[in-house]
Amino acid sequence: MDFLNAIILLLNYIFVPALAYGSQLALGAIFVTLIYGILRFANFATGDMMSFGTMFTILFTWYFQSVGIGLGFLPTALIAIPFAIIFMIGYMLLIDKFVFKYYRVNKSPPVQLAMVSIGVMFVTQAVVRIIIGPSDRRFFDGEKFLIKASEFKDMTGLNEGLAIKSTQVITILVTIVLVSTLFWFLNKTKTGKSMRAYSDNEDLALLSGIDPKKIVMITWIIAGILATIGGALYGLDKSFKPFTYFNNMLPIFAAAIVGGIGNPFGAFLGGYVIAFSEILLTYAYKKFFMYVLPESMEPDGLVQLLSTDYKFAVSFSILVIVLLYRPSGIFKGKVL
Amino acid sequence: MRKNLNVIAAYSIMMGLIILVGIFQSWNIALSIFNLCLISAVMTMGANIQWGYAGLINFGIMGYTALGGLAAVLISVNPVQEAWSAGGLNILLSLFLIIGMVLAVRYVLKKYEKSKNRTYAIATIIILGIIIIRFVSEPGIEAIEEVDPAKTGFLGGFGLPIIFSWIVGALFAGGLAFVIGKVALGLRADYLAIATLLISEIVIAIIKHEDWLTRGVKNVIGLKRPAPYEVNLQQTDWFINLVEKFNSSKLNLISDFAERQAALNQFVIEGSSVFVKLCYSGLFLIVVIILLILTQKALYSPWGRMMRAIRDNEEAANAMGKNVVKQHLLIFVLGSAIVGIAGAMLVTQDGLFTPGSYRPMRYTFLIWVMVIVGGSGNNFGAILGGFVVWFLWIESAPIGLYLVNLTTAGLDDAHFLKVHLIESVPYFRFLMMGAGLLLIMRYRPKGILPEKIEIK
Repeated sequence: MDFLNAIILLLNYIFVPALAYGSQLALGAIFVTLIYGILRFANFATGDMMSFGTMFTILFTWYFQSVGIGLGFLPTALIAIPFAIIFMIGYMLLIDKFVFKYYRVNKSPPVQLAMVSIGVMFVTQAVVRIIIGPSDRRFFDGEKFLIKASEFKDMTGLNEGLAIKSTQVITILVTIVLVSTLFWFLNKTKTGKSMRAYSDNEDLALLSGIDPKKIVMITWIIAGILATIGGALYGLDKSFKPFTYFNNMLPIFAAAIVGGIGNPFGAFLGGYVIAFSEILLTYAYKKFFMYVLPESMEPDGLVQLLSTDYKFAVSFSILVIVLLYRPSGIFKGKVL
Repeated sequence: MRKNLNVIAAYSIMMGLIILVGIFQSWNIALSIFNLCLISAVMTMGANIQWGYAGLINFGIMGYTALGGLAAVLISVNPVQEAWSAGGLNILLSLFLIIGMVLAVRYVLKKYEKSKNRTYAIATIIILGIIIIRFVSEPGIEAIEEVDPAKTGFLGGFGLPIIFSWIVGALFAGGLAFVIGKVALGLRADYLAIATLLISEIVIAIIKHEDWLTRGVKNVIGLKRPAPYEVNLQQTDWFINLVEKFNSSKLNLISDFAERQAALNQFVIEGSSVFVKLCYSGLFLIVVIILLILTQKALYSPWGRMMRAIRDNEEAANAMGKNVVKQHLLIFVLGSAIVGIAGAMLVTQDGLFTPGSYRPMRYTFLIWVMVIVGGSGNNFGAILGGFVVWFLWIESAPIGLYLVNLTTAGLDDAHFLKVHLIESVPYFRFLMMGAGLLLIMRYRPKGILPEKIEIK
């Protein structure tokens, strides 16, 4: 019984939250890695692009709520997301046309493009704050919990409850659907294959008649979809605040690099690596050991490897270690 | 003279703008903008040495700034005797343990060939070391943080004059840069950018949460000052006489003695804060001028030529027998040390250390905008960038307000759009910075004052 309790404890505080957080990071990391692989620059506007998409989701959610359209026990944001994606893709293509295209055509070095993306970051951040403001916003509605901790306890008779938030389930389901569609698209369709070819060797791809304009446009469209959904899911699960989104750029970068930049599958797994290590290393295991060990051996302290203040620092340290030992990432991305 | 005309013109326009602020807003605001412009200029010089001279991208400026600030605290604050006696021994012991751990790792690295076993041995040493250090330091840290937590709760510093921290800040930042450089300098440019950005975040996390060392988010306030205090100035005779002399024409207009005295008091209070700011300006100006002379000399020396050669063609420079790796490390350390000085200067001016205020937007990306806008590779350009961008960063709110009022003049004052826009005026600074950066990068990619190298 104690052993079961211990497992439920870990599931409740580590596994489920880390899976949801990891999915959100994974979507962002695939976004970074796609831009890096095909457009060939590190996009420092990642976090702010995600907050831009989320902002549209919130605006549409408010609109639908005011008109009275809803999904019952599901959050209204789910119908708002497709509309937000359309706006987001428009914004992405606009930015590409007026900003990034010039440097791509001139074959500027990647560093210059990264600098330009910092300019885009500033502008996007300003637009988001001017339109929706810098404050913390919750836009979740509908049923909050799929299983409540107390219900679970009644059901199973265990001491520990397992609470599953509906946003966590939505996040994981949406991520699975989205990522599998994306991999199907990249590996099976002609356009996806030509994208991979372009990412692998630009000159060869051009020689075999692949249209670079089309590739770039599709990349931005996929990027827009990923950024909006990733941002909206994070916002649903936690809350929307432009500053947090800017900060999220850092673990997302870490996930992309740990997985091997330029490799979408690596980025997907990298998101979970980062999320699980952040939570595993900063969780206080005292209660877990109380269940598992006999009473005489119970620990005095919290048995916490690192204080929760260092949550971000964990992912960055993993990044540094990966950089030292496998600069191309765990799953072999481009060698940098 | 002629070829420097655009430099002189650009700087006169900048000074003119600051003087205009002094006339129309107040001299206090103008001087505080000027002081921060000088500090920004030091930071941009540091970033410019790395990016402009050697083409190294360093997004960790925030970390070095914070370390400089930490130096200011550790140098100037008086030591907390109680805390030292409570937990000092444990902390010193942990320090020795860390040194021992590093030495052990170095020994293993030198003694044995690269193999899987060596990697495991190093990992074991580090993990064991961390566990032992935690056991040793934890009681010490808890004891220190319990000593009068509302006022101290940390070890304090050395109680030296704060000016020394400018040098120590440079040493701290240089030391960190040495470690980071060893780890990350082999990476490709944009990879290096991400790595340095993340490492600087780790530095901030440590400074924020190691309360025994820095008081963390509880902040350290009331640091020593190299300049006199306003309150003391207001009571010194020579200062009052000086203010009287300056404002004699205005004071003579007032005939009533009591009123005249009241007016004089007002002038003295205003004058004292202007005077203090002027003291800081003088100190900062000395630093900027010394650094400018040194960096200019370096730029035109054989060493500067070598750096440019490495920047423009690494392989060729390597083939000519230049040690690229060593030079990169050197310039990484030098540039970061200069940023460390700026960090210490910043804390000295504010008189307080707030770890929570170090954010990448303000201390990394803004500095980069300064370097790019001003002109990378040209010291005068980088300094000008610091001035222009900081000036706009501060003055963009009034400018934004003016623009909003102008464009929405036809709307009712209570119209929701107008109210909303006026509320969001502070964020126009991000818009201005971003748009400015994008325009400069597109139409004047070398900055306002581009790099100009003439062979002498």
